[in-house]
Amino acid sequence: MSQTLVVCPYCGCGCSFYIEEKDGRAVGVTPSTDHPVSRGSLCVKGWRAYEFINHPERLRSPMIRDGGLVREATWEEATDLIVENLLDIKEKHGNDALAFLSSAKLTNEENYLFMKMARATFKTNNVDHCARL
Amino acid sequence: MAGLAATFGSGAMTNSIGEMEDAEVFFVIGSNTTEQHPLIASRMIRAVREKNAKLIVADPRDTKIAKLATIHMSHTIGSDVALLNGLMHIIIKEGWEASEYIKTRTENFEKLKEVLERYTPERVSEITGIDKAVLRSAAEIYAKSKKSMILYAMGITQHVAGTDNVKSCANLAMLTGHVGSPSTGVNPLRGQSNVQGACDMGALPNVYSGYQPVTDQRIKGLFEEAWGVNDLSDKAGLTLTDMMDAGQRGDIKAMYIMGENPAMSDPDSKHARKVLRNLDFLVVQDIFLTETAKLANVVLPASSFAEKMGTYTNTERRVQLSRQAIPVLDGTMPDWQIICKVSSKAGYPMSYDSPVDILDEINRVTPSYRGITFDRLNNSWGLQWPCPDEKHDGTPFLHKDKFARGLGFFDAREYAPPPEVPDEEFPFQLITGRVGFQFHTGTMTRKVSILEREEPKAFLEMNPKDARRLKLINGSKVAIESRRGELYMPVKITNDIPEKVVFSTFHYSDNNINDLTINAVDPVAKIPEFSCAVSIRRV
Repeated sequence: MSQTLVVCPYCGCGCSFYIEEKDGRAVGVTPSTDHPVSRGSLCVKGWRAYEFINHPERLRSPMIRDGGLVREATWEEATDLIVENLLDIKEKHGNDALAFLSSAKLTNEENYLFMKMARATFKTNNVDHCARL
Repeated sequence: MAGLAATFGSGAMTNSIGEMEDAEVFFVIGSNTTEQHPLIASRMIRAVREKNAKLIVADPRDTKIAKLATIHMSHTIGSDVALLNGLMHIIIKEGWEASEYIKTRTENFEKLKEVLERYTPERVSEITGIDKAVLRSAAEIYAKSKKSMILYAMGITQHVAGTDNVKSCANLAMLTGHVGSPSTGVNPLRGQSNVQGACDMGALPNVYSGYQPVTDQRIKGLFEEAWGVNDLSDKAGLTLTDMMDAGQRGDIKAMYIMGENPAMSDPDSKHARKVLRNLDFLVVQDIFLTETAKLANVVLPASSFAEKMGTYTNTERRVQLSRQAIPVLDGTMPDWQIICKVSSKAGYPMSYDSPVDILDEINRVTPSYRGITFDRLNNSWGLQWPCPDEKHDGTPFLHKDKFARGLGFFDAREYAPPPEVPDEEFPFQLITGRVGFQFHTGTMTRKVSILEREEPKAFLEMNPKDARRLKLINGSKVAIESRRGELYMPVKITNDIPEKVVFSTFHYSDNNINDLTINAVDPVAKIPEFSCAVSIRRV
């Protein structure tokens, strides 16, 4: 059993808590008493923030739509297909025929890399996220 | 964000959560704080109960926080600008404004005064439905205290007049000198864990990280040098709402969506789903098969927040480190690794050993994050930007001696009615939001047993008088129809909602209220309206 300090994945308050780990799975949440926002408290969503992590419906493999059917694929096959299609559309219709939607739930580092990919790799400023919704 | 950026020069919460302890007055407008930001609400409640702070709430619904209020103004939906202008009119008439502050720290006051002249208590009372005496008390309480904080959320921004609403909040705060000192300010509450960070990092069509404009040639040069490329675009890109319109026209052919579910969260979401379905190519990267992922050509399985390390920026601009608590789930990859893989295959190699290296790069190219290094975050509860160097302690409140843009700019706004108001055919005004036991499109919370026990399905809140007229009892099933679609759900009869107004949520994919909402956007911030007119009948 170990405990690791994380930031809550829900609203923008920015509470922190410890995730309790057992046999590689998240099994509980303990608030952090010294944290400047949460100060030992959590809301009901935070207290249960470990539950969806282990949910059986988590995606475990890349998937490709082949005609009407959806099938599992390897990471190499899936990412090859993505790159091939994006570059092809970019070539035929211009850089701004592509659009990228980043996430208000992912880390700063991931948001930074995603906008860098849109701009430096695919040469478009069509990048946004769902903050407006 | 556009509203605060225009008036102050920076679009973020001006003050800190901890400062709420010492506030004397809270003015909460368009925020169901108890349910949406519980730990911020608990700070307010403590200040109200233990330190006699006064609480003014402006919200059409009698929410939990409204029940605790000294003054609750249940104003007409979409009348926020009129309400705020009305309060300012009274403040100036009574001489409660901060003259010295206005003189030394702001500009364009005369223009504001001219516009406010027309917002007499009589007229404002008629538009908002709030009694003149109540308006006067609210204005007096807010203006006369030394430490008054304004807090708002999507109830202010999700309107066609959203930018006007925000600017009006900023005008009110500047008029009374309530910006630039502890326990004051204009404080937007962010609804997701890293809305602030996603904006700060430049996941926006017009700016790089740290709000550096893509149209500025010098900035473009800096990023070209830092990234080793020479042809970055200097043309601002499309916002999400514009992307959807461009998709419909066929101008956008492919989308890559990471960790978002616009098929449910977009207004008039049937339209959004149609656009996504008609793209030539759609990539979705997520931890579950969301409604958006179901439409994709390729779905990539990402790791959850607990399976990776990284930083998040909360609503008070506090950048915090989140650590890896459990191993990466078999078959998944953390989003940052997926991006590196895709980018490298597309001909622009990206290689980082860990998020620490990415944060290093962010520090180098982002002035407001320059001093927010991994080592410092690893040994603290986080740092609040701007933090320009490693000696800097961070910034708990903004605009101390001058505004980010120099002088604060009074941008007087006029009231305009919302785009879709009730009429004979659609006599009810529908408003939407979240409940405390669910979150956003439900991707995470609908998989948590205790939360599903409390709020398992969609409902429509309605006033008892309306229910009596329609011959409904609690739990009766109704058909709700708007110009865009029809849904069926049970009613929840409650005095907490005014007559002729109904409320529902967008948590439930099998009964998503956004199938009905309106896709009319604020022309500046491009935030949609959502609120719309509906008809209701018993089935």
